[in-house]
Amino acid sequence: MEPLLKVENIEKTYDGKKVLNGISFEMEKGNTKVIIGPSGTGKSTLLRCVNRLSEPEMGKVILDGQVVLDKTVEKEPRIDLNAIRSQVGMVFQNFNLFTHLSVLGNVTLGLTQVKGMKRKDAVERAMIEIDRVGLADKKDAYPALLSGGQQQRVSIARALAMDPKVILFDEPTSALDPELIGEVLQVMIKLAKEGMTMLCVTHEIGFARSVADEIIFLDEGKVLAHEPPEQLFSNNSSARIRTFLKKISELYGGE
Amino acid sequence: MEFIQLFIDSLPRLLQGLGNTIVLTALAVALGIIVGLAVALAKAYAKGPLRILASAYSALFRGTPLLTQLFIVYFGLSSIGIVLSPFTAAILAIGLNSAAFQAEYFLGSILAIQPGQITGAIALGMGRLKTIRCIVIPQVIRLVIPSWSNELICLLKYSSLAYLIQFPELLFQTRLMASKNFRMFEMFIIAGVLYLSVVLIVSHFLRKLEKRLRIPGLGTESTF
Amino acid sequence: METSSGLMIIWESWPMFLSGTITAVQLCILFLGVGVVVAVPVSLSQIYGGKSLKFSASVFEQVFRGLPALVLLFLFYFGLAELDVSPLVAATLAMGLRSAAYQSQIFRGAILSIDSGQMVAARSIGMSRIRAIKCVILPQAIRLAIPPWSNEFANMIKDTSYVFVVGIIELMRQGRYVVAGSFGNALLVYSVIALIYLFLTYCGLFLMGRLSKKLAIPGFASAGAAMERI
Repeated sequence: MEPLLKVENIEKTYDGKKVLNGISFEMEKGNTKVIIGPSGTGKSTLLRCVNRLSEPEMGKVILDGQVVLDKTVEKEPRIDLNAIRSQVGMVFQNFNLFTHLSVLGNVTLGLTQVKGMKRKDAVERAMIEIDRVGLADKKDAYPALLSGGQQQRVSIARALAMDPKVILFDEPTSALDPELIGEVLQVMIKLAKEGMTMLCVTHEIGFARSVADEIIFLDEGKVLAHEPPEQLFSNNSSARIRTFLKKISELYGGE
Repeated sequence: MEFIQLFIDSLPRLLQGLGNTIVLTALAVALGIIVGLAVALAKAYAKGPLRILASAYSALFRGTPLLTQLFIVYFGLSSIGIVLSPFTAAILAIGLNSAAFQAEYFLGSILAIQPGQITGAIALGMGRLKTIRCIVIPQVIRLVIPSWSNELICLLKYSSLAYLIQFPELLFQTRLMASKNFRMFEMFIIAGVLYLSVVLIVSHFLRKLEKRLRIPGLGTESTF
Repeated sequence: METSSGLMIIWESWPMFLSGTITAVQLCILFLGVGVVVAVPVSLSQIYGGKSLKFSASVFEQVFRGLPALVLLFLFYFGLAELDVSPLVAATLAMGLRSAAYQSQIFRGAILSIDSGQMVAARSIGMSRIRAIKCVILPQAIRLAIPPWSNEFANMIKDTSYVFVVGIIELMRQGRYVVAGSFGNALLVYSVIALIYLFLTYCGLFLMGRLSKKLAIPGFASAGAAMERI
């Protein structure tokens, strides 16, 4: 079977420094993949290259048979990026909720403006997702009045409502106070179990360990390891990985 | 070519007008600083009628057009026997108008000084007036420079209103020459170029001054 | 004695003051309207435009902000004289474009103060750039722009007093007629006019404050309007 997402040989330079140096991986439908690694190794950039919010110099991305990016050919075919992006959900570290819209407005905006749904249908669809992240009673609240955890759950609902083929999580808990991380992780775990395809950059080792099908360990722009958690967390890993895992579990608790 | 000739021919007269524009602006700004600072201090520290008077002054002068203020000072006062020269009237009207705006800039800066500093000065045994003179004013002046340079540029432009009371500044000279040579549009283009050059040059130097006087870590950017 | 006869003249001239006031308000709305229509594309092209668009927008801004209003009025009045346009058109262009230069600065400031994550998030759900600007950036920018825009509104009411120099009969010009007819009671007449402008300015600020409150979003920053030069 063709994989749902195929990323091939991505290269990206920032300020003369190669932050991504030939990254390739594939994702099956329903998989959860976690990208970990020291900061500054291009994890977030890699996510953004998948839906081309960042533009890599080299590489190829295929989503469900559609070409998202192809730098291997001289002249890229015309690609409707907006149509592609509407099939790829994205959850940001800083939530990036639309500050001028209520919870319901945030979740319906993409439905009415991008998918062209009727207002009534959009509201109906949005309410299902708002309910799924447990915020039905907050549907009329404005983002600035919600806690960080609630805001992040809204942004997950916003991504879900678009009915995405894959959701990209860009350090979704890094900006949260420790006591608010749990509620967001719970929602993510639920989604993974329900079969959502998820590509997550996170420092939450506990989440990676219990939910991820595979972990990609990124270091200095290269994939250092790409294997199931049991293997990565076993003692067979390289010294570099073990040092990092030790540091991160001291910092973030882990397990 | 013909336009350049016109430019050269009219330049002496226009430069004379420009000189008057600059003198008028400078004196009006000076008057504005003196009265503005007094109004700001009254608004910040005075009590009772003095404070109310200061607030009313600021609201009145900022809430009405400078042009009506100019006409009141020039035509209005002369209608009750107080005859001022156009020069005096223009300085008074523009200066007093500017004072109301400058008072707000000063006040904003006064309020931006942490109250702890005043307590600190009083704890050192400084009197109230000494505190204002040695602690408040030096900081206020630096904080106020960006809005103040904006005000200076504004006044350069507003000084052109003095043409309406026959003060021979740049616009007046332009109009006068245009009425003689009938090259209305070209004359105003030349005047516009002169105004723009002065505005750009002055704002360039003010920006430099701002950088020199900045206290590290304090203050804001200019808006122009 | 003189004052009481002066008061009589003002009392009898109320239709002139009234019609001048109405004209002043109409002109203010007209100039601001032209300003908005021009300022939005100017500010957008200064932020999102290419190099040449950016450059022309900033030249426009510098010129119209750097010239005195009276000079602009005369430039348009005499510049368009050969095309035989009315003074009103010339004044509207001069004051409207001048306001556009100030307003574009207001809008630019508002747009730039919006977190860049808003645009990224909008693009990530598949919105085009234009749609993201329309649905996400502008609704927020408008709210942020209201306080400084009220300031421009207050300035514009006062600035309408200049246009009598190109022959438009507004409040200032009516005042001069009344003065001419009152045998030189200039102090009283111009004071009354000043008070009318004062009233209009504060009415404008009050109404804008109401609008700001009405559009306010809980937790989304919005400061009160001040009166200052921009």
